[in-house]
Amino acid sequence: MLDCRSPPHSNTASLPQRGDQGFPSAAAAGPAPPLRATMQFLLLFSRQGKLGLQKWYVPLTDKEKKKITRELVQTVLAGKPKMCSFREWHDLKIVYKRYAGLYFCCAIEDQDNELIALEIIHRYYFGSVCELDIIFNFEKAYFILDEFLLGGEVQETSKKSVLKAIEQADLLQEKTENMYHSRVHWGVRAY
Amino acid sequence: MPAVSKGDGMRGLAVFISDIRNCKSKEAEIKRINKELANIRSKFKGDKALDGYSKKKYVCKLLFIFLLGHDIDFGHMEAVNLLSSNKYTEKQIGYLFISVLVNSNSELIRLINNAIKNDLASRNPTFMCLALHCIANVGSREMGEAFAADIPRILVAGDSMDSVKQSAALCLLRLYKASPDLVPMGEWTARVVHLLNDQHMGVVTAAVSLITCLCKKNPDDFKTCISLAVSRLSRIVSSASTDLQDYTYYFVPAPWLSVKLLRLLQCYPPPEDAAVKGRLVECLETVLNKAQEPPKSKKVQHSNAKNAILFETISLIIHYDSEPNLLVRACNQLGQFLQHRETNLRYLALESMCTLASSEFSHEAVKTHIDTVINALKTERDVSVRQRAADLLYAMCDRSNAKQIVSEMLRYLETADYAIREEIVLKVAILAEKYAVDYSWYVDTILNLIRIAGDYVSEEVWYRVLQIVTNRDDVQGYAAKTVFEALQAPACHENMVKVGGYILGEFGNLIAGDPRSSPPVQFSLLHSKFHLCSVATRALLLSTYIKFINLFPETKATIQGVLRAGSQLRNADVELQQRAVEYLTLSSVASTDVLATVLEEMPPFPERESSILAKLKRKKGPGAGSALDDGRRDPSSNDINGGVEPTPSNVSTPSPSADLLGLRAAPPPAAPPVPASAGNLLVDVFDGPAAQPSLGPTPEEAFLSELEPPAPESPMALLADPAPAADPGPEDIGPPIPEADELLNKFVCKNNGVLFENQLLQIGVKSEFRQNLGRMYLFYGNKTSVQFQNFSPNVVHPGDLQTQLAVQTKRVAAQVDGGAQVQQVLNIECLRDFLTPPLLSVRFRYGGAPQSLTLKLPVTINKFFQPTEMAAQDFFQRWKQLSLPQQEAQKIFKANHPMDAEVTKAKLLGFGSALLDNVDPNPENFVGAGIIQTKALQVGCLLRLEPNAQAQMYRLTLRTSKEPVSRHLCELLAQQF
Repeated sequence: MLDCRSPPHSNTASLPQRGDQGFPSAAAAGPAPPLRATMQFLLLFSRQGKLGLQKWYVPLTDKEKKKITRELVQTVLAGKPKMCSFREWHDLKIVYKRYAGLYFCCAIEDQDNELIALEIIHRYYFGSVCELDIIFNFEKAYFILDEFLLGGEVQETSKKSVLKAIEQADLLQEKTENMYHSRVHWGVRAY
Repeated sequence: MPAVSKGDGMRGLAVFISDIRNCKSKEAEIKRINKELANIRSKFKGDKALDGYSKKKYVCKLLFIFLLGHDIDFGHMEAVNLLSSNKYTEKQIGYLFISVLVNSNSELIRLINNAIKNDLASRNPTFMCLALHCIANVGSREMGEAFAADIPRILVAGDSMDSVKQSAALCLLRLYKASPDLVPMGEWTARVVHLLNDQHMGVVTAAVSLITCLCKKNPDDFKTCISLAVSRLSRIVSSASTDLQDYTYYFVPAPWLSVKLLRLLQCYPPPEDAAVKGRLVECLETVLNKAQEPPKSKKVQHSNAKNAILFETISLIIHYDSEPNLLVRACNQLGQFLQHRETNLRYLALESMCTLASSEFSHEAVKTHIDTVINALKTERDVSVRQRAADLLYAMCDRSNAKQIVSEMLRYLETADYAIREEIVLKVAILAEKYAVDYSWYVDTILNLIRIAGDYVSEEVWYRVLQIVTNRDDVQGYAAKTVFEALQAPACHENMVKVGGYILGEFGNLIAGDPRSSPPVQFSLLHSKFHLCSVATRALLLSTYIKFINLFPETKATIQGVLRAGSQLRNADVELQQRAVEYLTLSSVASTDVLATVLEEMPPFPERESSILAKLKRKKGPGAGSALDDGRRDPSSNDINGGVEPTPSNVSTPSPSADLLGLRAAPPPAAPPVPASAGNLLVDVFDGPAAQPSLGPTPEEAFLSELEPPAPESPMALLADPAPAADPGPEDIGPPIPEADELLNKFVCKNNGVLFENQLLQIGVKSEFRQNLGRMYLFYGNKTSVQFQNFSPNVVHPGDLQTQLAVQTKRVAAQVDGGAQVQQVLNIECLRDFLTPPLLSVRFRYGGAPQSLTLKLPVTINKFFQPTEMAAQDFFQRWKQLSLPQQEAQKIFKANHPMDAEVTKAKLLGFGSALLDNVDPNPENFVGAGIIQTKALQVGCLLRLEPNAQAQMYRLTLRTSKEPVSRHLCELLAQQF
């Protein structure tokens, strides 16, 4: 099994509190882009609105992505506890979940199943990831995500299989890489 | 501080990330990033060759910088180099960079594709998966062109590892969605279906998504998947909570796979095979039964996963809409959720019930929950949930509960969120009209709407109430009395003044007998609001006053005094001034007989589709859908009150994808709205001229000039329909030049080009169309060296066209210098379907000689086409629905141009329809679909073009919901080939 290093919670507090800078308040609602995958995109951001991870399953320009991100971060952060985890947004549905200071937010199509999307988030999240871990291991967060979700569809739901895929990669790495044969710190628990 | 040893050995990267995180300001961050970028650039440019590790580290840093939101314009080449590394982490970082930052730089794409090709051929499953993930993440057409043919082979190869199969299935799905034409169907498709039987649950999970998508396009080819999916589902549903080991999620067996299987089944009607159907019904019942069992875990994940399956099951039950027992059970289950403590479940239950309300089997069962839903509307804290409750009330409304629901929605409106008020107003207006038994209730409801939410009552709503009051004499007296009372409120909304002004102007005489509402009282009440109102309302009130002079001769002196006042006669607003002058003159020169005829009560309006309903359809949101479901559920109720007539193309389709032809209202047009002019619901004397193109004399001008002879023949027609007067009559302009038709045909499939050219003048056209709106730029070029004088281009609407198409033009300068070009902008709004194009008449003087020229303006009905993508199944369903002989138009004709498939495609796309692949069994044929968007209605159109290369002939078939449209489109299109 991989290391289950406990996340350094103490660092969360010392994060620079300037999350709003990239996200001006005027988020004009534009026409929704043509989107066609089950999950259109997945965003992860902090309570301060700082983006930690973004995955787009539909072709969009950088400008559109920034606009959508801005709009969504604002919408989601405005939510209050006990509120519903689903929001209508243009012709899509936003499903979001908060884990401590982290928000996961994904967009699905109007007809799609909201609850199962909510659990996709949970399955990906596993346990307690604190923001710093994901930031320091951002590339791995993307690799793991690819094992779970590909092209916006659920690829694998078994933790063990995902783990196996990653371990195999790990082995391969150890075989090929002699200089840095450290074990991988995933920064995520519950493997 | 985090330990910098984090990450797999990329110490430099961890240090950099720490630095960034410690930046105290955005400026500091940018500074640090710029420093790093300079460093990386110098490393990449340096003489010393970098080793793989350094390259990986720097590429990773660049990626991090990009993900922070900064632009990256170098490093692509180094990333591509990493792809060919045989060290896993280097390759992995290379792929990640490419996935996130790739653009269509063709040079690079070739290199990337090469690396991917090598990895796909490597037989190393880990490398293969990386390559497949990259293709799926990029998903571009270029990727499709390079790999779409290889991936099916990898997917069904016997020796592919499970993980490779999974990635291949979803990779193929992504490519198929992006460019279906690139994925060859073939022998592999049959084998893909059998992946539903695969032992590995992960493979099944991935494969179902692919199959679901494929079978939407080719339902018949994949029919065998039904029984396989049912048996797979049955095995999962009946398994114990631990049977599936790792695929059990919080004691729920394979929730993702179950949901996907249930979605797959929703692509098809209920299974025909009795055994399969029986097994499926058993599954659905098991799911419903399990919902009643006590939870196996208190964790929310357990309940979410379990309920995800339950909701999908209910979706399938609703989709089948054939098992009354299951529908009612579903409804009861949702009823329990309505009071659940989880907000999410309440939200979903309300949403799901909305669709249940439209099934005849469960409509009554849904209605039993009315009190709970009303309570939700009042007490839910989350606006999304309240919105769902309002939608559900709207969906469950029928004659039996309309009064209760309307009054609750009115009450909700007082506190409703601003964002949804307009939609609620529309819904209330529709329900009130649709289920009105006595029209006094209807009038009360609409006036209440204006009172509570006047700002959100759109023109459509108050036009509609006027229309209905005008058409029903049993309600006119009541309406007059009620508006009179409403206007007595110290502060009333301007919309109330408009409605009140109009109604009293028409029917004020019905309450004039009561001394409390005697004519002078009515007048002074209205006039007390006058000064607070906008120009448009004041213009309307002036018209009311002149109508008063006719209704109540005793008010004549007072009103003439008002009209004569300097504030009116010299009003800075030209519209008000003109009305005052003209009405004053009319009231003094015309005899009582003439006045009585001119100012007679308005004739009844022709019944047509409620424009409110049309507006609701245009608005987004599921509520709009349910409005139409509603029409479908209860067809008998449509005609009773007139007006709410669903157009066939919109409502007759029972499938859930019915919205393909326009139900799910398209996004609001981005083009600036063309001011509504003639052809609005009220062919309106009051608002007309202000908004209309001032092409000719305004209605009033014409109307006054007509008054010169003592008894105008039909002044009423002038009042009711400004159309003939707004343009110079067709007889004033010459007939179109002989080539006009030919010139017009050139523009059927294109929007830009030279419309006309002779020795003197060149006319160019640039135009764009969106929804029912269009904008056209006409460029008039003077080819001579002499100035054109009195240059005046005008748009003329022959025949009925004025009511079908509104064209607003701007005047252009009267002089066009030699060699110069002037531009004229035309705003076009398609009000309803039309057959003849407007005419463009251009007159000018060249060297003293008058020149005139009449052309057909290249605006044809197909310009308002909106392409519609649909699966073959949907297409044929619709095609069958449009099977009345008059809905079809067909033409067989000889090819006038060489028969080239690409050219034909381009023409059809230019014509405006979507081209649907894989619909026609014969790949030579072309099939298209689209919707003609007009203000009044939408016309769904399907077309099929069959070329016959040997005979050099075509057969063209059009089916639309309107007969003249079919014929007209067929004629237009046939001339293009």
